[in-house]
Amino acid sequence: MNLHEYQSKALLKAEGVNVPLEFMVENAKDAVEYAKIIHKKTERNAWVIKAQVHAGGRGKAGGVKLASTLDEVEKLSEAMLGIKIINNQTGPEGKLVRKLLVTENVFYQGPLPIREIYISILLNRNTGRNVIVYSPEGGMDIEEVSEKYPDKIYTEEIAPGFGLQGYQARRIALNLGLEGSAFKEMISFCQGLYRTYMKNDATLVEINPLVKTSDGHIIAVDAKITIDDNALYRHEKLMAMRDIFEEDPSELEASKYSLNFVKLSGNVGCMVNGAGLAMATMDAIKLSGGQPANFLDVGGGANVERVEAALRIILKDKDVKVVFINIFGGIVRCDRVAQGVVDAYRNLGDIDVPMVVRLQGTNAVEGAGIITNSGLKVHGVTTIREATEKIAELV
Amino acid sequence: MSILLNKHSKVIVQGITGKEGTFHTGLMLEYGTNIVGGITPGKGGSQHIGVPVYDTVKEAVVKTGADTSVIFVPPPYAADAIMEAADAGIGLIIAITEGIPVKDMMYVSEFLKGKKSRLIGPNCPGVITPGEAKIGIMPGFIHKPGKIGIVSRSGTLTYEAVFQVGQVGLGQSTCVGIGGDPIIGSSMKDIVELFMNDPETEGIIMIGEIGGSTEVEAAQWIAKHGTKPVVAFIAGQTAPKGKRMGHAGAIVGGKDDTAESKLQKMAECGLHVVRDPSQMGVAMESALKALVAAN
Repeated sequence: MNLHEYQSKALLKAEGVNVPLEFMVENAKDAVEYAKIIHKKTERNAWVIKAQVHAGGRGKAGGVKLASTLDEVEKLSEAMLGIKIINNQTGPEGKLVRKLLVTENVFYQGPLPIREIYISILLNRNTGRNVIVYSPEGGMDIEEVSEKYPDKIYTEEIAPGFGLQGYQARRIALNLGLEGSAFKEMISFCQGLYRTYMKNDATLVEINPLVKTSDGHIIAVDAKITIDDNALYRHEKLMAMRDIFEEDPSELEASKYSLNFVKLSGNVGCMVNGAGLAMATMDAIKLSGGQPANFLDVGGGANVERVEAALRIILKDKDVKVVFINIFGGIVRCDRVAQGVVDAYRNLGDIDVPMVVRLQGTNAVEGAGIITNSGLKVHGVTTIREATEKIAELV
Repeated sequence: MSILLNKHSKVIVQGITGKEGTFHTGLMLEYGTNIVGGITPGKGGSQHIGVPVYDTVKEAVVKTGADTSVIFVPPPYAADAIMEAADAGIGLIIAITEGIPVKDMMYVSEFLKGKKSRLIGPNCPGVITPGEAKIGIMPGFIHKPGKIGIVSRSGTLTYEAVFQVGQVGLGQSTCVGIGGDPIIGSSMKDIVELFMNDPETEGIIMIGEIGGSTEVEAAQWIAKHGTKPVVAFIAGQTAPKGKRMGHAGAIVGGKDDTAESKLQKMAECGLHVVRDPSQMGVAMESALKALVAAN
């Protein structure tokens, strides 16, 4: 589960990480009120208005604006609320801006040069350990850093159980070339960052940029946290941070039925049991010239209700020209799935989208019988190859 | 012969009295698996579907000589169950449980270092040596004894490969599901190595997914040490970046972490790469025929 910037920073702050003075708002009037509070504390006329959506690259998409008067705060906030952030991370539909973050601008001038740092913690799957990835070249995305400055990306692996050690945090601060108060603040920042990651069962904590201010402070100016979905059961507070507006409505409905669904942009709807087989089915469709409209794993307990819900969600997509149901029965019994398909067909009424059904494994023969005897316009096939050939014909 | 599992394996079921544990223990017994006991803390001394229940793995090992354990314990307690099995000296631990937090598995993998236990999974269908023993949740009847080893990160896609192998008239030596999570006990390379050393396995099918590098590491090992033909498929060629495709481990990360890049690297290592999942069986058959023709 992804968190918003303002939620991520609240978690970091709770572990002692410095973040800018900032407030989440949902209208321009509040933006101005909080801007005044920020002014009172900082005595500067410099604010940043940031769109709160689950997507990076907001700056280039118009989701981050600087303001130097309260009037500007109001106008920029008003203009930003309700726009859509559209870039390669949001997909073609974009993300509607419903919340803003009003923050102090920490890029103020002073005795020292301002620096932008990149730092993140994530799981290294090869070693099964967490690793801190960091670079003195912050402010751009890490893919760009690794292309432009491949020798300026450092890593620090953390031993589970022991956790981040002091010498490791010092090495990070040294490699980043920090001195004086910034060096000390960096060490406690690293500890706070690691605590945030561990305490919240995160799989990613990314701070970009981490800013060294002109007076030697270390401040997390942006933050992105991803929580391990499998661990949410033990984090009630984090579960409450889920923002359903950031999720695709079809994916949200699918999750109510414990269906694993990801919307894509093709024309062949897919219903499959098992994630691997579902991906493979999509690949086979693509290879035969079709375009999968979705990923859908009906899971191990595919009963009539779930099959019906799955079909309803797939058919909501008006681009779907044919539906392919590919079930390899293990625990799932093919006769039950077949009955689900037949019932769904009747309950949903006039389905004019043709269906290709392939049932294999447990009770496949019984399942095929149910489909054949139903009198529905369903094409039964026995192999994936036969199925994709039929789909190519129908699309 | 086979790898990991045969009819002499003495198996215990951790979480035997739960719904999943009960259901699948029944099916495993039906298949002929030598199940010698079950573990449910607090229910020791009783019998469950004809199997003696123990409070601890240690006790079961002492009383039955168990060498293999299968875990059906729910996600919040599964990591603990794996560590208990390792502590009791179980040689082969197969964790079926889906949904274990990454952090828990990180501690498990650290715990297992230096111990003699081998972990398969979690979030996997299990291991089957057709005609001898089945440990896990796969449908037994689709398998038949033979000479093809199958190793896979997914469940139903493995069944698909088994089906296709059967269609070309071949059978399986052993099928191993290594699991779909980011941290798993045995890598693809670990299992491929076992198959290469198994005299009864003549060909290997390796089924991977997007996310991680376990397939590429296996391919690189095969390029150096491989002695048998390997057919490889990677699911998720059409998966969009950054989206979790069902399995927690199936997320396309950086720009080199795509199905395409894995397929290319595997082809460079001399594997028989198939892009169409309906061709796994056919590709295995022709790889074996080419081998016979070459000799």
